[in-house]
Amino acid sequence: MATETHGAEAAGHGEGGGLVFHPMDQFIVKPLFGDGAVGIFTVTNVTLWLALAVLCVIALMVLGTSRRGIVPNRMQSVAELAYGFVYKMVEDVAGKDGVKYFPYIMTLFMFIVFANFLGLLPMAFTTTSHFAVTVVLALAVFIAVTVLGFLKHGAKFLELFWVSSAPLALRPVLALIEVISYFVRPVSHSIRLAGNLMAGHAVIKVFAGFAAIAAVSPISVLAITAMYGLEILVAFIQAYVFTILTCVYLKDALHPHH
Amino acid sequence: MAEEPIAQELASACIGPDGSAIGMPQLCGEWVGNQVFWLILTLVAIYFVLSRVALPRIAAILAERQGTISNDLAKAEDLKRQAEEAEKAYEKALVDARAEAQRIAEETRAEIRDEVAKAQEDADRQIAAKTAESEQQIAAIRASALENVEAVAKDTAEAFMGALGLGADRAELDGAVDQRLKG
Amino acid sequence: MEGELAHIGAGLAGLGCGLAALGVGNVAANYLSGALRNPSAAASQTATLFIGIAFAEALGIFSFLVALLLMFAV
Repeated sequence: MATETHGAEAAGHGEGGGLVFHPMDQFIVKPLFGDGAVGIFTVTNVTLWLALAVLCVIALMVLGTSRRGIVPNRMQSVAELAYGFVYKMVEDVAGKDGVKYFPYIMTLFMFIVFANFLGLLPMAFTTTSHFAVTVVLALAVFIAVTVLGFLKHGAKFLELFWVSSAPLALRPVLALIEVISYFVRPVSHSIRLAGNLMAGHAVIKVFAGFAAIAAVSPISVLAITAMYGLEILVAFIQAYVFTILTCVYLKDALHPHH
Repeated sequence: MAEEPIAQELASACIGPDGSAIGMPQLCGEWVGNQVFWLILTLVAIYFVLSRVALPRIAAILAERQGTISNDLAKAEDLKRQAEEAEKAYEKALVDARAEAQRIAEETRAEIRDEVAKAQEDADRQIAAKTAESEQQIAAIRASALENVEAVAKDTAEAFMGALGLGADRAELDGAVDQRLKG
Repeated sequence: MEGELAHIGAGLAGLGCGLAALGVGNVAANYLSGALRNPSAAASQTATLFIGIAFAEALGIFSFLVALLLMFAV
């Protein structure tokens, strides 16, 4: 088994000697206080970094705007920028009647963007790189959107799967494809976010492992720098993509007709 | 790289004896509950902070700024209009003043012309009066001269006759002189 | 033996990341050529661009995930 060889490898080379890759160790959940097992209510590094995300959101959106200036200072203009960015996205993609759900989408965006960027700090724990986290987010969106669709349109919501513009013979096939793609949505929605974050962080860690070899360490450091730049981009783009896809799904629920 | 090793008896099924992960930590079932619990707590906290405090506040700030901007624009429009009006009024005043100045100049010129004409008339009249008076005087002088000539002629004729020793009658002499003078 | 096969499989799955890069490049290239033809419409389509890139990239991430699973979880 790979795990056994992995363990044996680590034991054989020892820490710091030779090439030892533990790219996944940064994702380990562990209790902040003591060494006990991780229960549901245990305060862990997950708790710490989620709490930091909340604090950052409060710092930017509440403390940053506390001056209520007509002419904004730096923090306030960033907060207004985030507000306008998400508001415009919801309005453009989901339509005027989607603006009602703007606070929920803003919550998702602010959380993901701060969790992603906090994860880029050295020694940080990236909460959004865990499927447990992103699946909850994606399932919340999926269930909310589906329930909303049925509440708004009743059985007519199923017209989403019935492509009325296609030839009649093709429609059942298309309906099957549409249903499958509908149920794949939360899967791709969650794996995209967690996968991107995990991939970037793991790759940086692998490059960091190469830095132990003196000959390639300059290249390795350069590669880490480049990857870090890319990861900053990815951290924002994935938050943006998650949010805009949520808006697209919301639009489907509000206007199911093709 | 590996964080502080976890005592083996306490380590979970997902962490190896050296403190590194066994398999992918993302797939470790025993950590899922913890993450989901804290995540939901986080999302609820962020949602309440945003929907109760931050978003209404930012919306109010943006609306206020929009109001201020449109107010300022209206004010600027108003000021511009006022400036244009003032300019128009100034130009009108300028035109009026020019016309007034022209009128006054014209009037003054006419007045002066009248006065000059009147003065000339007066002078003419005075000159005419003076001329008439002088002519009268000259006529009187001439008349008196004629009279004197008559008297002198009569006196001379009488004297002359006396000298000649003819001795003539005075009245006869006067008549002859008169006749001569008329003739 | 099974472990070595898993590593070979992980390497093969890693090829998917490169292929996803082709897909992302394709999306961006077509967007750019379209944007140069009609720059006024470009700004309104950036959202579509990012959605397209996200979909193309997601599949590459899936193959990366398969590689990780083969490396660490099999």
